[in-house]
Amino acid sequence: MSAVRVATDGWVVAKRNLIKIKRVPEILVFVLLSPIMFVLLFAYVFGGAIDPGGGVNYREFLIGGIFAQTVVFGATFTGAGLAEDMQKGIIDRFRSLPMSRSAVLVGRTASDIVYNVLSLIIMALTGLLVGWRIRESMLEALGAFLLLIVFAYAISWVMGYVGLLVPSVEVINNASFIVIMPLTFVSNAFVPLESFPSGLQTFVEWNPVSSLTQAVRELFGNTSDAVPVPDVWSMQNPVLYTLIWVVLILVVFVPLSIRQYRLSTSR
Amino acid sequence: MTDMIRARGLVKRYKEVEALAGLDLTVPQGTVLGLLGPNGAGKTTAVRILATLLEPDAGSAEVAGVDVLADPDGVRSRIGLSGQYAAVDEHLTGYENLEMVGRLYGMKRARAGGRARELLERFDLADAGDRPAKTYSGGMRRRLDLAGALVAEPPVLILDEPTTGLDPRSRQQMWSVIRDLVSSGATLLLTTQYLEEADLLADDIVVIDHGRAIAQGTADELKAQTGGERIEVVVADPARRGDAAQVLATVALGEVQTDENGRGVTAAVEGDGAGRLMTVLEGLRRAGVDVLDVGLRRPTLDDVFLTLTGRPAEEIADEEARTETEEVAR
Repeated sequence: MSAVRVATDGWVVAKRNLIKIKRVPEILVFVLLSPIMFVLLFAYVFGGAIDPGGGVNYREFLIGGIFAQTVVFGATFTGAGLAEDMQKGIIDRFRSLPMSRSAVLVGRTASDIVYNVLSLIIMALTGLLVGWRIRESMLEALGAFLLLIVFAYAISWVMGYVGLLVPSVEVINNASFIVIMPLTFVSNAFVPLESFPSGLQTFVEWNPVSSLTQAVRELFGNTSDAVPVPDVWSMQNPVLYTLIWVVLILVVFVPLSIRQYRLSTSR
Repeated sequence: MTDMIRARGLVKRYKEVEALAGLDLTVPQGTVLGLLGPNGAGKTTAVRILATLLEPDAGSAEVAGVDVLADPDGVRSRIGLSGQYAAVDEHLTGYENLEMVGRLYGMKRARAGGRARELLERFDLADAGDRPAKTYSGGMRRRLDLAGALVAEPPVLILDEPTTGLDPRSRQQMWSVIRDLVSSGATLLLTTQYLEEADLLADDIVVIDHGRAIAQGTADELKAQTGGERIEVVVADPARRGDAAQVLATVALGEVQTDENGRGVTAAVEGDGAGRLMTVLEGLRRAGVDVLDVGLRRPTLDDVFLTLTGRPAEEIADEEARTETEEVAR
């Protein structure tokens, strides 16, 4: 199947998914409200109790973490969308058509980028309201947003694979919760790395959510020289380390998901 | 005449259940084959294999001369599939659904759009065409799904239980739509659990049970197997069922069947049906059995199923459902 066909079929599928945003704006409201809720909860509930150290304002410290957490959570959407299509027999229809075998996944992950861009915009605005500031150049800030989106795209393929495996939308929501909660909370997203017990610290240091958070904080200029970066390769080179994860995830999960799509039948 | 669907020795196993146990199917061009059987008989598995959604464990199949295993994409461009779950996207409008399918068949935008309008018109959905499919009734969704199967005018249509779950009026509508397709010369494989539906729409019927064909023929040929006409008596007092059965036994060809809980007693008769009916009425009057209804009727395909399997179709369906539940429990 030619690359052109993958692109045109993928676009047709992506367009279909985007129409759903237009028809069911309630979904969007929910997707966009939860990051706002997280910013406000953490800023005002834990904000007084957690000190990131070095005179860094917690709210400023927090926003990078919330960005990372939200894009990881957003991937559940990809899985839920595919699980729903499977449940409703729409995947069967797609599979009976002479279309590209990867277009459903390519289209789905592509349209989910739109969700992530929207929620990043909303979060950035909320952040600005509670006192977060971009303290590096616009170019670096743009790099931070790009890194978030690229990482989100990779995680989308993971959850897409899971979405094709599970029998229903309810299962994917629960399953992703079990994986994503520890992944985002056992990281430096909400609390400083040093506050973890030593056993967990190694996990936190090599957790890609931590490196993503660290990278974003550095690119936005939300770090302080008074707080030294841990002497671990992943934390010293957070952008590179995060990108390595992105490549690894895509190399494994793109072929795996496409294979699962070919094999899957509903019910 | 060319065969548009030809399947030989299809076998498919799911763990311990053998969904298909060596099924052969042949559908000549321009004809309708009705694949008839209760739930769990293997109909949907057969459809999935022919539509390239599933690979058989053994056997081979060709659709429009193309091998389903060797060239699945070739098969996909020659079939239209409409499933029992009405695979329409409820957030898209009817038009958007059909246009999307057309695009995925590889049509240019303008052609896919034109085709979508044409089909909406033909299936009586033109007024609802720009409304999200969520607002459609069950019957409208099925028609939209069927329209989706026709977008690329494929030479072979596969309809998997097109009327399951529809109310009688929508079913009638669906039947008339399918009959139009048939008269325009489509080759069609239709699965159904409704004996009436197969009788009405199919040229040829394959009765399938436990993954294999147990009978094949035209509706008339299958009916002939049950031995002509049947006399049906409905007694006023269920307790007198036995007496009525005794009267019927004097003219019956083979066994007399009684409803276990109801009031019905039926038996096949040979030759002069009307004459036999008179004899039965006379017998019933003499025995003092009051009846609510007495009639002579041509056998239905339900009777065929009963004769072939020794069980009515519904009973088998229940049994299958039980086995499935047990499977899940395990």
